[in-house]
Amino acid sequence: MSQISRYTSYRHDSAILPSTTQRLWLIVLIAVTALLPLYLVGLSDGRSWLILGATAFVASIGAIGLNIVSGYAGLVSLGQAFFLGVGAYTAAALGGEGETAADGSVELIGLGLDMIIWLPAAGLVAGLTGIIVAPLAMRLQGLYLALVTLGLVFLGEHIFRNWERLTGGVGQGRESAQLSLFGYRFDLDAEILGFQITREQQIYWLMLVILVVMAVLAKNLVRAKPGRAFAAIRDRGVAAEMMGVDQTRYKTMAFAISSFYAGIAGGLLFTITGFVEPTSFNLLLSIAYIAMIVIGGLATIAGSIMGAVFVTLLPKLIDVAFLATIIEWVLQWIPVLGSASGDPPLGISQIERILFGVLIIAFLIFEPMGLYGIWIRIRNYWKAFPFSY
Amino acid sequence: MTTAVVAPVFAAFSIETSRFLQAIVEGISLAAIYALIAMGFVIIYKSTQVLSFAQPALLIVGAYLASYLSVTLGFGFWVGVVLAILLTAVLGFISERLVLRPMVGKPVFAAAIVTIGLDIAIRVVVGDLIGVNVRAIGTPVAEGFGAPSVPWGNEPFRWGDDAGFGGVVIQPRVLVIIATATVVVIALLVFFRRSKWGLAMRGSSFDQEVALAQGVNVGQVFSLSWIIGGGLAAIAGILAATSFTGLSQSSYLIALKALPVVVVGGLDSIAGAIVGALIIGLAESFTATYQAQYAPWLGDNFSQVVPYVIMVIVLMVRPYGIFGTEEVERV
Repeated sequence: MSQISRYTSYRHDSAILPSTTQRLWLIVLIAVTALLPLYLVGLSDGRSWLILGATAFVASIGAIGLNIVSGYAGLVSLGQAFFLGVGAYTAAALGGEGETAADGSVELIGLGLDMIIWLPAAGLVAGLTGIIVAPLAMRLQGLYLALVTLGLVFLGEHIFRNWERLTGGVGQGRESAQLSLFGYRFDLDAEILGFQITREQQIYWLMLVILVVMAVLAKNLVRAKPGRAFAAIRDRGVAAEMMGVDQTRYKTMAFAISSFYAGIAGGLLFTITGFVEPTSFNLLLSIAYIAMIVIGGLATIAGSIMGAVFVTLLPKLIDVAFLATIIEWVLQWIPVLGSASGDPPLGISQIERILFGVLIIAFLIFEPMGLYGIWIRIRNYWKAFPFSY
Repeated sequence: MTTAVVAPVFAAFSIETSRFLQAIVEGISLAAIYALIAMGFVIIYKSTQVLSFAQPALLIVGAYLASYLSVTLGFGFWVGVVLAILLTAVLGFISERLVLRPMVGKPVFAAAIVTIGLDIAIRVVVGDLIGVNVRAIGTPVAEGFGAPSVPWGNEPFRWGDDAGFGGVVIQPRVLVIIATATVVVIALLVFFRRSKWGLAMRGSSFDQEVALAQGVNVGQVFSLSWIIGGGLAAIAGILAATSFTGLSQSSYLIALKALPVVVVGGLDSIAGAIVGALIIGLAESFTATYQAQYAPWLGDNFSQVVPYVIMVIVLMVRPYGIFGTEEVERV
């Protein structure tokens, strides 16, 4: 442990925020994040920044879920895309608009219910799916489990592609659930107490609030008995069982909670763009979530959020940092690649994917604790400044 | 017995029989490709305890290089193919040295995730090079010797005529694929059984520390397993790209479907890889032939997900695959 323990009691050690300084800084951080839209809305590309921010918050919820099952409980899941899909379509079916053909038959399932119903339902249905999958996890070790969840993504994608009454079909897609809570529409511009509030700002704030609630719940879970049980199972399943941890129960629980988070994230994710397409839920999406928790830091809630924000903002960062130009320049010096000129150059989404790969490798080799680990090191450096010990 | 008696018998079930036999032929050729990819997975897993998700990338690199060298640069088929296999093997070697060697001793799934990163980075670059158009692999027979310009499949020869043997179409590529896979698999089995390096690989997969103590250079065994894995992926990629769909950005999917093959057979069993390949290949081919007719409610292209369905079913019954070794966990 690089950190000297200054705790005087177990209760103190396991507190969410052990010190006043931490509490203060968290309040500052949340306040700045919450006030950011007031500044961003004035920028010329403020809209896209707000949308990206909201997407990052939703992605954080999904990443927290994946980190609970993979980071804390050590069950590697490549199936996050599938659970996101289950959440997205549950939400769309309950909260979206349906379509009926002229002869009265249902063309697209959609009940148009309120968010207070479709959001928990998206989580619960995904969670139930997780419980159905969990018995496989009981029997399988490490890599076999990763492969089953990989298979789940392909099976899920097949179902989403073919169940046109639910998903609208490939290339067609459908409208997502509507962001209307008790009749209040978050997806429209509004005026509150004389202030003009744009649609993007509303969505940003809504997602931020949901993320804070979900993150606090997750943090509370992992510091309490279930979290300790997850970690014990991850570190050595048999030993955990010897100490009275019921493996079956806690593995099922980890899967269910993780899928619940994924379901919530899936339900919300597509309300931002207002549109769901069945081919979105592919292996690449799962890998993006793996990248989030690896880059952010395994088995940390703060790390999941950092990773999700980083990965979501990556395309924007590439744009800003002229990374595209640099990578293009490097590639042209590799003889085989250079001679393929005439082909379209690498687009931002391609460079983004290359960076996914490179960052996953780099973080696992050089900083397995992820961004969170870097943050802890910076913090500890300044704690003792100017002394290095 | 006169032909007059026999002919009607064949004719009576010729269409259904020919479909059935055709499905078997397609299934076996698919299985041959799966077996090559799966052997790569198993060899790398056995010697390094790493499940390589980078095989799809290596496969598409091999196929692209073969197409680039033999068609675009005009080196000719054989030079292009041999160079492509060698270069892909070198890429496997480099990947292991640069990316996976630092992961030795880390948790198995961390190494597996590293290979996912490797796969996606390589695959995007190669996908961009392939571009949106389908590319062709060269042909082994030079034009102008009376040979067809595309001898892989456009000029199939028929086993018997339509009425006689049910009109089963066997494309030359199918014969090439089955023959190549058989030769390569037998060569590898002989290599493992007879050669010094094969012995070293078997030894270090059995127990790395004991192998080290006996003077086996386990580091070189790691390299060698990735070289073989890269070469096998390249061969499989080239063979797969001889089909009428050619080489496209999505050609890598065949290597992902080889993952169920490995799981069904057992991650650490070479015999399992071959049996698994046959099971999955035939199942996929039979589904492609009959599912649209008998179970259309399963959706379009259900055959593409059949490998994963079989994988899940097998794992529910046998969590370590058919031939896999059960792990004994010590506290």
